[in-house]
This record gives sequence, C-alpha cells and structure tokens, in this order.
Amino acid sequence: MTARARSRLIWAAALMLAAVVWLWGEALVPFAFDYPKGWRIPAARWIGGFVTWLVKEAAIGPVAFSDLTRLVAALIDKPYQLALGLLADGWQVAESGATRQILPPLAWLAVVGVVALIGLWAGGAGLAALMAAAFTFVAVFGQWHSAMVTLASILVAVPLGVLGGLGLGILSWRHPWFERALRPVLDLMQTMPVFAYLVPILILFGFGPTAAVVATLIYAMPPMTRVTSLSLQRLPGETHDLARMVGCTPRQTLWRVLIPSAREPLMVGVNQVIMLSLNMVIIASMIGAGGLGFDVLNALRRLDFGAGLEAGFAIVALAIALDRLSQAVARRGYRAPLPGGPVARHPYLVSALALIAGAALIGLAVPAVQTYPEAARLSTSAFWAAAVEWINVTFFDTLEAVKNTILLWLLVPVKRFLVEMPWAVAVALLGFLGWRLGGWRLAALVAGLTFLIAATGQWEKAMITVYLCGISTLIALAIGLPVGIAVAGRERAWAVTRTVIDTLQTLPSFVYLMPVVMLFRVGDFTAMIAVVAYAVVAVIRYTVLGLQGVDPRLVEAGRAMGCTPWQLLTRIRLRLALPEILLGVNQTIMFALSMLVITALVGTRDLGQDVYIALTKANPGNGLVAGLAIAFIAIIADRLLAAAARAQRQRLGLEEA
Amino acid sequence: MRLIPLSLVAMLAASTAMAQESADPIKLTLHDWTGQLITTQLMGEVLKKAGYNVEYVQADYLAQFAGLETGDLHVAMEIWETTGREAMDAATATGNVEVLGPTGMQAKEEWWYPSYMKEKCPGLPNWEALKEPACAEAFSTAETAPKGRYLGGPVTWGGFDEERIEALDLPFEVIHAGTDAALFAELESAYQRQAPILLWIYAPHWAPAKFEGEWVEFPAYTPECYTDPAWGGNPDLAYDCGKPFGEIWKVGWSGLKDKWPGAHKAVGAFTIDNAEMGAMITEVDLNGKTVEAVVADWMAANEPRWSAWIAK
Repeated sequence: MTARARSRLIWAAALMLAAVVWLWGEALVPFAFDYPKGWRIPAARWIGGFVTWLVKEAAIGPVAFSDLTRLVAALIDKPYQLALGLLADGWQVAESGATRQILPPLAWLAVVGVVALIGLWAGGAGLAALMAAAFTFVAVFGQWHSAMVTLASILVAVPLGVLGGLGLGILSWRHPWFERALRPVLDLMQTMPVFAYLVPILILFGFGPTAAVVATLIYAMPPMTRVTSLSLQRLPGETHDLARMVGCTPRQTLWRVLIPSAREPLMVGVNQVIMLSLNMVIIASMIGAGGLGFDVLNALRRLDFGAGLEAGFAIVALAIALDRLSQAVARRGYRAPLPGGPVARHPYLVSALALIAGAALIGLAVPAVQTYPEAARLSTSAFWAAAVEWINVTFFDTLEAVKNTILLWLLVPVKRFLVEMPWAVAVALLGFLGWRLGGWRLAALVAGLTFLIAATGQWEKAMITVYLCGISTLIALAIGLPVGIAVAGRERAWAVTRTVIDTLQTLPSFVYLMPVVMLFRVGDFTAMIAVVAYAVVAVIRYTVLGLQGVDPRLVEAGRAMGCTPWQLLTRIRLRLALPEILLGVNQTIMFALSMLVITALVGTRDLGQDVYIALTKANPGNGLVAGLAIAFIAIIADRLLAAAARAQRQRLGLEEA
Repeated sequence: MRLIPLSLVAMLAASTAMAQESADPIKLTLHDWTGQLITTQLMGEVLKKAGYNVEYVQADYLAQFAGLETGDLHVAMEIWETTGREAMDAATATGNVEVLGPTGMQAKEEWWYPSYMKEKCPGLPNWEALKEPACAEAFSTAETAPKGRYLGGPVTWGGFDEERIEALDLPFEVIHAGTDAALFAELESAYQRQAPILLWIYAPHWAPAKFEGEWVEFPAYTPECYTDPAWGGNPDLAYDCGKPFGEIWKVGWSGLKDKWPGAHKAVGAFTIDNAEMGAMITEVDLNGKTVEAVVADWMAANEPRWSAWIAK
C-alpha cells in the first residue's frame, strides 16, 4: 500500500467515526453536543477582574500603572499637537470664550507644494505629480481639514509603529527566546478586534487622539516586527563577515551594515504600517480622533452616500500617496551630498521653506491661498443618491431573487451543518488534521484552542463566525484565483487591477456597505459581500506574486515537452506557485476575520457582535474573551495552513523534509 | 491648540467674577447624529458667551463613559433613557459621573411603518392588526415567511423586542440592524420602492420628518409591565406592552461643579423641546444647512432664554 492510499484510508476511518458519533451519539454522550454550563471556564470574569485590577490598582512601586500609561499618552500627545497645529488648526489663544488665531496652519497650497517637492526628491516628476494630484483631490472635494487631522495622527503613528516594530524585530532576531514569546502576542495583536480592547485603552490612555494612536499602533506594528526579524535572519553570511572585517562594533554592525542592507524588505513593513494605520481611521474616529473617519460615519448616518464616498476616497488618496512615496524612498538609495554652501546643499529643503513662507504671506492678502475656497468645492452627493435610487428601484427584484437563491441553497445549509456539529467531534477532527499535517504538537495546539472556544461557552457564535468567514473565503478564492491567473502575465491589466485592490483595501468598507444594505437588506448576505470585497484583495495579490515568481525556464521546458497551455497552467505554473497561493489563502482568512467588527455593524450574530455588545456595555471581560476566540480561530487556520504549505513544499522538493 | 498660561491671563483680565473658575477648556462630546451635534453646540456656544473655553471632542456614544469617569471628558449632552440607561447607571455608580438633569426632550421609540402599508394591513396602527396572518405575510420576506419581518434596532441598544413578540404572540421575527445607519438605509430603500417594511424608529430624528408613516400602538408602557408577568394581556410573560418613552439626560463628570461651578449651573439649566429640536434637525439633514448656521440662528432668536441659563 502506498503512503497516499494509507493516508486516505486513515482519513476515511476518522470521518466515519465522526459521522457515527454525530448521528447516534447524542443519547450516549450528550455533553459532546452541548457543552455543559457547569463545566464552563469563567474566563470572562477572570479577564474582566484582571482588567479592572490593571486599570485601577496595579502599581510599580509607588507609581500606579495608569499613571505610567498617562505619562506615555502625554508624551505621544506632544508631537501630535504639533502636527495638528501645523497641518490643521494653527495656534489660537482662548480669551474668555472667544478664540483668536495667532498663527494659522500651513496654507493648503504650501502643503500641496511641499508634498510635491518630497515626491520630486524621492521619485522624480511623475511621483511629484501624483502627490500633488492626490492632495489637490482632497481639497477639491472639501475634505481638506479632516484629511489634515487624519494625516497628523498618521504622521505620529507611523514613525512610532516603524520604530517600535524595528526594535521588537531586532530583539527577536537577537534572542530566539524573545521571538518565541513574542509570536503568539503578535498573532493576538493582529487578529483581536480593536473593539475588544478599546475600553481598557480608553481608561489607561485617556479619551482622545492619543488613545486612538495607541490602538492604531497595536494593530499596525506586528507586520513591521515580523518583517524586521525575518529580513535580518535572511541576510547572507557575507554581510556579517564584511562588518567583522572592517572592524565594526556590534552596534555599528547592526545600524551601519545590517539594517541598510535589509532596507528593501524593511520598506515593505513600513508600507504595511501606513496601510494598516489608515485602515484604523474609522475606529479611531469613534474615540475622539476626528478626521476623515468621523466624516464617513457622519455622512452614512444621514445616508449621504456621496459625502461618505468622497471622504472615503480622500482616505484612499492619502494611502496611495503615502504608499507610493514610501516605496520611492526605499528605491532611492544613498546619493553623494551636493557641493556648495548650506543653501546649495539642500535645494529641496530651502525651496520647501520658501514655499511655506511665501504661501503664508500671500495667504494674508489672498485667502484662497491659505484655505481652499468654499465656492470651488465639488460635491457628487446628489449624483450618488440618484444612482443608488435608480439601481434600487430598477433592479431590486432581480437582486432579491439572486440573493434568496444563494441564501437558501448555500448559506443556510452550511450554517445549519456547522452549528449542529457537536463540538467534541469538531475538536477531534481538527486535532486529527493537525496530527496528520504537523505531528502531535500541532494536534495539541489546534485541539486545545478549539476546546477553549467551546469551554468558554462561545461554540455557536464561533461556528457562525466560521461559516460566514469560511464561505466568504471560498467565494473570494473563486473570484480571486481566476482574476489573479488572468492578470499575472499581463503588465497593463495588472497595473489596473493593483489600483483597484489598493482602493478596496483602504476605502473604508462602511462606505460601500450602506448601499449594499439598501439592495440586499440587513443580514448575512450583506455581511458576506463586505467580507468578500475586502478579502479578495489578498488572493489576487499573492496569486500574482506566486505566478510571476515561477522560474520561466521550467515553463519553457514544459512547452518544449509539448504541454498545452492548460497543462502548463495546471501542471507547472500553479503547482510551483502553490506556496505563495497558500499564503494568500492564509491572508484571505485573516482579512475575512478582521472584517467581523464591521459585519457586526450590519447585524450578524457572530463573535464580532459579542465584541461589539461588550464594548457598548463597557464589559471588557466579555469583549476580550470573544476577541480571543476570534484570535484562536485565526491561529488555528494559520497553523494548519502553514503546515499544509510546508508539506506541499516538501513534496515538490523545494524544502528539506 | 491652546496656550494655557496666556489664556489664563486673558481670563483673569476679562472677568474677575469668574476668577475662581478654571480656564481649562470644558470638553463636550460630539456623537454621530445630528440632533446631538446641535444640542452640544448650542450648549457650547452658550458657555462661550459666559466666558468659558470650550472644546468639542468626537466620541462614541457608549465608549465616552470611560472618558467621563476619568475626567478626560466633561459633559455629554444627550444620554437617552431608552438606549443609554444601563451605561449611565453603571457610570454614576462609580461616583465619578453625575446626571445633570433632563434636556427637556422626550425620547420616543417604537415600531413604525410607512403610511402606504395601511392598505395592506388596514387594522394598523392598532398592534392587534399585526396578529392577522395576512398582515404578517404582507411584511414577510423569503427568509422569514410566513412570519413577518421586523427590523429591530442595533442589538446594543436593547429594546426587548424578542420578548415582546413572544409575550404578545405576534407572528413576527426580529432581524437586528447592526447600526442605525443600516436601519435607515433599509427604510430608504423600501420607501423608494413602496415596499413593505416594519421597523424600529426613534425620535427626535429626521426620518419621521422625511418619510410619511405612523408608530404602532401597543398597550402603553408601565414599569410593572417589564417586571411583573401578571400585568397586561399575557398573564405569564412580562414585556406585553409598548416601549418606554423617556427623558434625554445631560450627564457630566463629577468634578465639573468644583472646577467650573457656573458652567455646571448653566448645563443644568439648559432645556429645549422636541418640536424645536425636530425643526433644527430637519433644517440640517433635509435642507442642507450647516449645524453651525442653525445653532447661530437659534442663538440669535432666543437670547433671553440662554442669558437666563448663565445669569449669575
């Protein structure tokens, strides 16, 4: 018997056993179906108690823990106030109720000019034009002030996130024990919904922009940390040898040799910090950060889709501008300093300062230079309202029929199946899968986490979560894989697709969610559309990455052997790209899970809803437990997929067993 | 941006009567619905007239209590009896938050339907009409048929609708909208198509002004109805009545009265009624005026009223 056939036999036996327990076991082992209430682990109470203690009583010596966090908040607040003053508000004195402006913020024309100069410095005329266009777009649609408030908090959060991530990454590269301890923490930081830890953060860091910056850091720092330790590990030994040969101290080795050599992968981390920080603006605006996120929420509250869309696209414009800029800076590299005096050596700095001063002076005479004139603003609200109404009145019945078919034949049956599956069977099957893929360690981890979800009394909600995210992931794969395959080889199509998926990733999903609610009503189907729209980005991106990375010689060899295009695709290109595609699947699942907070806002009954309810009832215990369950689901999926990817690579001979 | 020392000097010079009060800005919270923005900015403008420094902070309706307890935030102008009671009670129990009296507005929330539904279900607004199978059918969708579909408010806002349906034996199913934005998106969609819809609506809000419709009339709420099963039409279950109507409360940080005694008194004195507020909300949400303009108009028209709030 071959190994393959034996594996199949073992699987068949396991599934049969599971089916037998499920069908006839209820009388024998009732506790395997409904987790008994008496055995529940009161985790919510414990965690709630711990949070209360941390917030109210914890102290390091004479200094209360909350005083310490308040100090941190005050430190973060300083640069934030500076950025906010420069970009958005200027400086004012308050005199018995009336405020008098003593110093205006930077003129809008000056900001556009300065970002264009930075673009010119980093990437040439093309980038300069892009930067200017993005910022002008923001002004034309009347989003200037909000966008500058958002930009101020991003300007504080991104450097802190980059430095923090770099520091943690270096530590975990130096000390393997630190990395082992850090890894689960990073998993939690990335998968735990922000709403779950928002209340403790608000109490510890105070209500306002600083708490929002802290929440943003928690969410945006992990990719930077991961990329840093990974890229330092990957540096070839020669780099270390070189540093030793020229006599560097350990500190010099790190900062002068290793970090500059790893600059390109590190910039990927920077890019992710920027993207994820901009992802947080909606949630940040709920706790006092204001800015574009607040405009989006406020517009949708009035059902003013156009205004929501304009604020949303302003976020996208900021994201694309900052992203392209950071990439250009990474590619720019080191250049010899210019000769001459201080003015000639810094032409960009000097012209930027001149521009700012000039615009401020002219702005005193011509207000249009200082603030973008109200009269020249564009608004598309009326158009969007009419468009949505037209679609709604014309196509509702057709859409309703499609929705009902999918709901009755796909969503409802899958939901029933998962919710009715006994928890013990699920624990056993997942543990078995873990054992087959990665040995007893993985089995213990997977089965243990699954058990904990059941033991804290969240089984049903967790299954609804799995059902919603699972189906959405499958649909995202069904859309994303063909698209990825289709655009991978075509330069032009890929460029267009990339802009579309960048937009999907940074446009707050709330913006398109409300029209979707109008067309499909509140419920699982609407939530599914939101999840698919967000998660499909990952599949496309990684599929293209994988296919573009396939060694062309292997494809050529296949062609020489007389493969048809179909065979080339299925037998060679897809197989070789499988590890990247699996990573894409993993990221799709992560993205889908991270959308749960948003889907809770359109009325699903999953763990995201629990987190949301806990937030509104100021019950951090329940919120954190539900958040942990979401993180567990993410970790289980991640570990199983990673093991599957490793097994696949071994089979293809790309990695040693 | 504030330069505290400078402003302190200015304050001292400007008003000796208020020299004992702090020149720090009083932080008022802004949420994401228009009525609240108007109420808060009215209060803020009045406080400015009295010589206080005021700062508006955008905050989530329920998450703000964490800030009020620690004194990071100072005044929240609209806590609705119907939706915020639990959080408000939890906050006042800590002793760090106090209720500063009613705003004078009455929160109303109840089941609501557009007028065109009366044709399909002629017994409305009496709630017993909803018991008719034909009526429930008219409100049904593929997922809920033959039961009717009732779109409830966000779960976080409570409301006991599941209990009400069971106690009154209504052939309906509750679907919860996650946010009220989703709720009104559905209403707008249905209204454009003149399609059936039965949903939870609250006032003061722009929706009852924009869409023509009526509240369902349930047996009137009493506190016993929610606590005592024996009360009402169903002897075995509680919640066999409509929803409570209630005050909209002003809430503040407990330190307010020591730090800014005059402001504490002014916030306590603030009142406004539903009709005034409804008119202002309509101006903003349907006629496209800015909140600032509407607030300025009100200030100009009602000077004697707000002067009394801040009189010494």
